[in-house]
Amino acid sequence: MHKPFAVAALLAASCGAQAASDNDLAAIRGQIDEMKKSYEQRIAALEQKLVQAEAQAKSSPPPVSPAPAPVAESRPVGAATTASGFNPEVSLILQGQYKNMKNVAERGITGFVPAGGHDHGSGTIEGINKRGFSLDHTELVFAANIDPYWRGQAIIAALDGQAEVEEAWFQSLGIGQGIGLKAGRFRSGIGYLNEQHPHMWDFADAPLMYQAMFGTEGGYAQDGVQLKWLAPTPVFLEFGAEFGRGANFPGSDRNKNGSGAGALFAHVGDDLGVAHSWRAGLSYLKTSAREREAHFEDTVNGVEALSKFTGDSTTWLADFVWKWAPNGNPKYQNFKFQSEYFLRSEKGDLSCGEAEAGVAVSCQDITSGYRTRQSGWYTQGVYQFTPNWRAGLRYEQLDSGTRDLGENGNYLAVDHYKPKKTTAMIDYSWSEFSRLRLQFAQDKSMQGITDNQVTMQYIMSLGAHGAHKF
Amino acid sequence: MSKLFPTLLLTLASLPAWANLNVFATVPEWASLAREIGGDKVRVYSATNAFQDPHRIEAKPSLLAQARQANLVVAAGADLEVGWLPLVLRDSGNAAIQAGRPGYFEAANFVSRLEVPTSVDRAQGDVHAAGNPHLHLDPHNVLKVGEALAGRMAELDAANAAAYQAGYKTFAGKWQAAMARWEKEAAPLRGVPVLVHHASFLYLANWLGLKEVGTLEPKPGIEPTSGHLSSLLARQQTLPAKMVLRTAYNPDGPSQWIAGKTGLPAVLLPYTVGGTAEAKDLFGLFDDTVQRLLKGLR
Repeated sequence: MHKPFAVAALLAASCGAQAASDNDLAAIRGQIDEMKKSYEQRIAALEQKLVQAEAQAKSSPPPVSPAPAPVAESRPVGAATTASGFNPEVSLILQGQYKNMKNVAERGITGFVPAGGHDHGSGTIEGINKRGFSLDHTELVFAANIDPYWRGQAIIAALDGQAEVEEAWFQSLGIGQGIGLKAGRFRSGIGYLNEQHPHMWDFADAPLMYQAMFGTEGGYAQDGVQLKWLAPTPVFLEFGAEFGRGANFPGSDRNKNGSGAGALFAHVGDDLGVAHSWRAGLSYLKTSAREREAHFEDTVNGVEALSKFTGDSTTWLADFVWKWAPNGNPKYQNFKFQSEYFLRSEKGDLSCGEAEAGVAVSCQDITSGYRTRQSGWYTQGVYQFTPNWRAGLRYEQLDSGTRDLGENGNYLAVDHYKPKKTTAMIDYSWSEFSRLRLQFAQDKSMQGITDNQVTMQYIMSLGAHGAHKF
Repeated sequence: MSKLFPTLLLTLASLPAWANLNVFATVPEWASLAREIGGDKVRVYSATNAFQDPHRIEAKPSLLAQARQANLVVAAGADLEVGWLPLVLRDSGNAAIQAGRPGYFEAANFVSRLEVPTSVDRAQGDVHAAGNPHLHLDPHNVLKVGEALAGRMAELDAANAAAYQAGYKTFAGKWQAAMARWEKEAAPLRGVPVLVHHASFLYLANWLGLKEVGTLEPKPGIEPTSGHLSSLLARQQTLPAKMVLRTAYNPDGPSQWIAGKTGLPAVLLPYTVGGTAEAKDLFGLFDDTVQRLLKGLR
């Protein structure tokens, strides 16, 4: 009984020893392999240096001046970066301007309900409508791949006393089949300019049409989900759908479940030869508003009335972009043409009330049908004639169209107007990261006022500035 | 009947496979290499041509459409395509070609890169943190990248693995012979001091022993200024160059200005496949490059 036990123990012990030595061997082999690899790399690097040193020794007499040729350095293949390599790409956009324009007490676009409320006097419209020197949004961008499946990006816009989350979303990398999923807060894929942040604009301000549609921010963003599909065709063909909170103008924030706004868009694009490329798009946005406030002039009492709109807003957008560069090389010379058109219909009820407590309005508590159908467009061309200089021209026009306020229309002033604006700009870029722009505009967006505006604007981007869309 | 069946099989086998590899190359040189290795087993799309500055490409819709259907993206890497490729990859909805997947191949990862900066600051211009990305102009690098690329193509399209390896072997054999020829022909170029428009020829200079004594761009990616060109002219006294080199996509003005002032030959090099009529493929690229350099020396 004793003997077999001892034998078994011995056997077990020897097995263990055997296993251990196998593991050790594997580890040693691994280490040797690693050493071999690293030495091979170092030898390769040294050889490279030797070749250069020889070449230099042969070609140059004893150095007279500091060697202008940079000392070539080789890096071992696949060298690992430090842990800080995992930090997100960070970039900061510095943007500011000097603006000369008329002092208009209630700046807006005649015939259009102002997005984001109403302006009472100077200083109340933030950012791009300020006179004199001012700072635009300072944008801080963080972006990185989260893991092999997702990428994330956040854009924080800071302005005096406030930091606003402009965008904060994650995007799929690994779904495949041409499908792209994005969720969070993002600029909608509708139109062409909508996805672009102000620092990417070719002019110092958004086209009137975007200001009329979405306010001075010049774009529609919402919290929600975006689904895109790129068709497997030789021609670029992309479809997208979005659902979200719809809290921004022309919708309004509401306390409810489900989706408050939806968008659909389709893009098609291709090259024409090597020098031309283009993209065209058609988009649809549906939002709903509940008690969206706006001011109207009470024509009977001669005071200001507050209106509240509840209903649906439907916007159609068509966009077209065409770019030209000789041989497809945009660095030295290129031209970009872009044009967009929108058509918006709103349908619902408008209720009228006092704008200021105690100031009686003639339409007090009247609720009547509200129907509008408004449109507008802009078209612009920007020509880069040297690597540093660009010049551009933009013309735009809106049409206040149909504004049917029902019974309320008897008491309120309903303007009909075709706002127009012509803008010319010239800008200089020291590099891809710095730009200074001078812009002249003749703005006839307010009835009876011709506002000649001069804007000097700078855009500087610091850090890891990511690629721009087409 | 008994003969017909094997004949049919043979015919079918000799047809190009349906599951061909769709290759999206960012630059013409790697498109050409993929063709050399893959032959009729691959469909190769080159996102750019020799007349386009590879640093300044836009994420055009046509590129997205092509990337959507690619099985393999062959990029130069070392941040050369940082201004457009990441966007194209992300918006392509193609999971197979995302960075880190086998369908994403960066040539720069397989060679020893030169000019890797020890510090990175935009005040130095458009520097590449990962080193100079114009690495294909050393034919030794082409061979190294080719070997890795053949391996990657074989991994992605296992059915044609043998064909890719054979394609590479044939290419490597011809390439080695050609390299010996080029090196022999280019012997007089050793030690020749040259001015270059942009640091596009670092690897070429390194290979042939050319001595780069200055760049027309004051900083990488910043266009030549008259002040900088004048300083180069002044330096010609103490550090004389024998040629001014530029790529097919660089403007000729600055080189011609230097040439006019000094009598130096301004030499246009194809830089990549398609840059000159002679540079029809990778062999033509190096044949023509060496010939044009020798001609410039005379």
